[in-house]
Amino acid sequence: MWLTRPLQERSTQVFLGVLFAAVALVTLLHLIMPEGHALHVSAYTVTLLGKYLCYALLAVAVDLVWGYLGILSLGHGAFFALGGYAMGMYLMRQIGDRGTYGDPVLPDFMVFLNWDSLPWYWQGFDMAWFAFIMVLLAPGLLALVFGFLAFRSRVTGVYLSIITQALTFALMLAFFRNEMGFGGNNGLTDFRDIVGFNLRTDATRLGLFIATGIALAVGYVICRGIVTSKLGRVSIACRDAEARTRFLGYRVEWVQLFVFVVSAMLAGVAGALYVPQVGIINPSEFSPLFSIEIVVWVALGGRATLYGAVIGAILVNYAKTVFTGVMPDAWLFALGGLFVLVTVFLPKGIAGLLQKRRKQEDDDPTENGSYKPQSKEASA
Amino acid sequence: MSVFEQLSNRDRVFEFLAPEASPVDVRHGPILYLEDVNVSFDGFRAINNLNLTIDDGELRCIIGPNGAGKTTMMDIITGKTRPDTGSVWFGSRHNLLTMNEPDIASLGIGRKFQKPTVFEALTVFENLELAMAADKRIWPTLTAIMKAEYRDRIDEVLEMIGLKQLRDKPAGILSHGQKQWLEIGMLLMQKPRLLLVDEPVAGMTEQEMERTAELLTSLAGKQSVVVVEHDMGFVRSIARQVTVLHQGSVLAEGTMDQVSNDPEVIKVYLGEEA
Repeated sequence: MWLTRPLQERSTQVFLGVLFAAVALVTLLHLIMPEGHALHVSAYTVTLLGKYLCYALLAVAVDLVWGYLGILSLGHGAFFALGGYAMGMYLMRQIGDRGTYGDPVLPDFMVFLNWDSLPWYWQGFDMAWFAFIMVLLAPGLLALVFGFLAFRSRVTGVYLSIITQALTFALMLAFFRNEMGFGGNNGLTDFRDIVGFNLRTDATRLGLFIATGIALAVGYVICRGIVTSKLGRVSIACRDAEARTRFLGYRVEWVQLFVFVVSAMLAGVAGALYVPQVGIINPSEFSPLFSIEIVVWVALGGRATLYGAVIGAILVNYAKTVFTGVMPDAWLFALGGLFVLVTVFLPKGIAGLLQKRRKQEDDDPTENGSYKPQSKEASA
Repeated sequence: MSVFEQLSNRDRVFEFLAPEASPVDVRHGPILYLEDVNVSFDGFRAINNLNLTIDDGELRCIIGPNGAGKTTMMDIITGKTRPDTGSVWFGSRHNLLTMNEPDIASLGIGRKFQKPTVFEALTVFENLELAMAADKRIWPTLTAIMKAEYRDRIDEVLEMIGLKQLRDKPAGILSHGQKQWLEIGMLLMQKPRLLLVDEPVAGMTEQEMERTAELLTSLAGKQSVVVVEHDMGFVRSIARQVTVLHQGSVLAEGTMDQVSNDPEVIKVYLGEEA
């Protein structure tokens, strides 16, 4: 089975092992160590780490389309934000009559705008199952329509990057408008409960952190399953020689569309887990800059490895947390500098560095020696 | 006829056991049939009333000076370029002008490009795997399993093209000649009825050329092969039937000797060689 195949390979086992160990360690240190102890992990840190894991899942989704399919999406923030909005709408409906205006159905901002009934697209979001399906469906559908139009017309390369960027920018402008019914520039916030648990307790935050860890593991295995399948090899073929792949009889546009939609859905899940942890979703998640930042994480971590994307997302965001605390103005320069340094000195990112070291350890001279005569033999 | 009736009829192969016949109808001889094809690009007539017939199992060489329309002809057959007028038939059942590139490819027309394009990031084995005739829709591709019979088929082709030793090496490290063979191997994996081979020996060494000539002649008979080539020595070594193209139409057709003695051909093409 394509989904269980990655579980048998060493790299995935190592990745899942490290991920589960890290999540378990954080959980234990949070629960067991008394507050004030040097090893205690505070609820704030747990949530911060949960946020990094959301970004990591998002980066994996981007690496799937960029690394393996060669589609540089500069608009994946849009799918992330749509998943986030679907979750945000559910959380808004859960507030019920506890809002400032005390309306049992309408969220505060609608009361403020003098709306007297819920718009049709808010219907159903009071039910968790519906909202969770929409988390997958909303980004998936956008990716399907957008991808269908783009790939069918064989738009690729830099042109596709530009229109994905335009897509997220257009959505940002749309979501800024109050008339859209998504809370305008304030977005959705003031959340209270998620499936019956109070969002403001440490236990729920820990639960969300663990759920994010699991989502990252599942997302990683799905992506790994795709890239190690024959379809994954076809994706690489599309990336490197699209016309050639078409002549082999593969429908390149369907391959691209499938992988793109899967990636958008994963980004949506990442967004949905992000929103309850940070407590707000607003149109700034649609900003083109954010989408570009995701690409920087992946480039830094190393393209077409998946685990590199995870490393990149966590490292860059950790650096961002530290930097914006110490020198808020210097962050963008540091990010830019980091990107330049990595591009110049580590074209394959951090993962490339790891692979190189592994290769040096694995490659004993006998293997290199035995290979050369073989190639001579074959060409003779 | 019901399955039961079939089973009781012991003197013949049951229909459901018989291998699925190729949909290409070649009972009337030719596998490829081009008639009165015209193509012009911005007023330049690249193909001019071209008529060409390729028989099933034939090895045909097509020669002609630069700009004679050889590559455009291949583009038309594979569905990349649509002619302005004319008809193109594959067997006597399939009108190629109504089909798109992937459909034509899955019908059994394989094309080898002038410049070798293999998937450099994938291994030699994986290159052949992708080229294998299989259900190429998304879900079957995602859930595809490498069966022993597929592996045998790939190994068989690896043997044929002489790249067995390099099976698990990335295709990017192959030499130019090896890439050409790998590409021919990829075509073979599709079990094509018709192979279109564009300048297979450009940039090859003498030895590689000999090896390629052997490979191509061994293929003819099982499938039809159309070779477009500039190198006259190579054409002479493999050709039984030669077609000379000039300014988008057929100038002469026949054996190499007949063609190279044709005064018209000598005038436009072989002048300095003959």
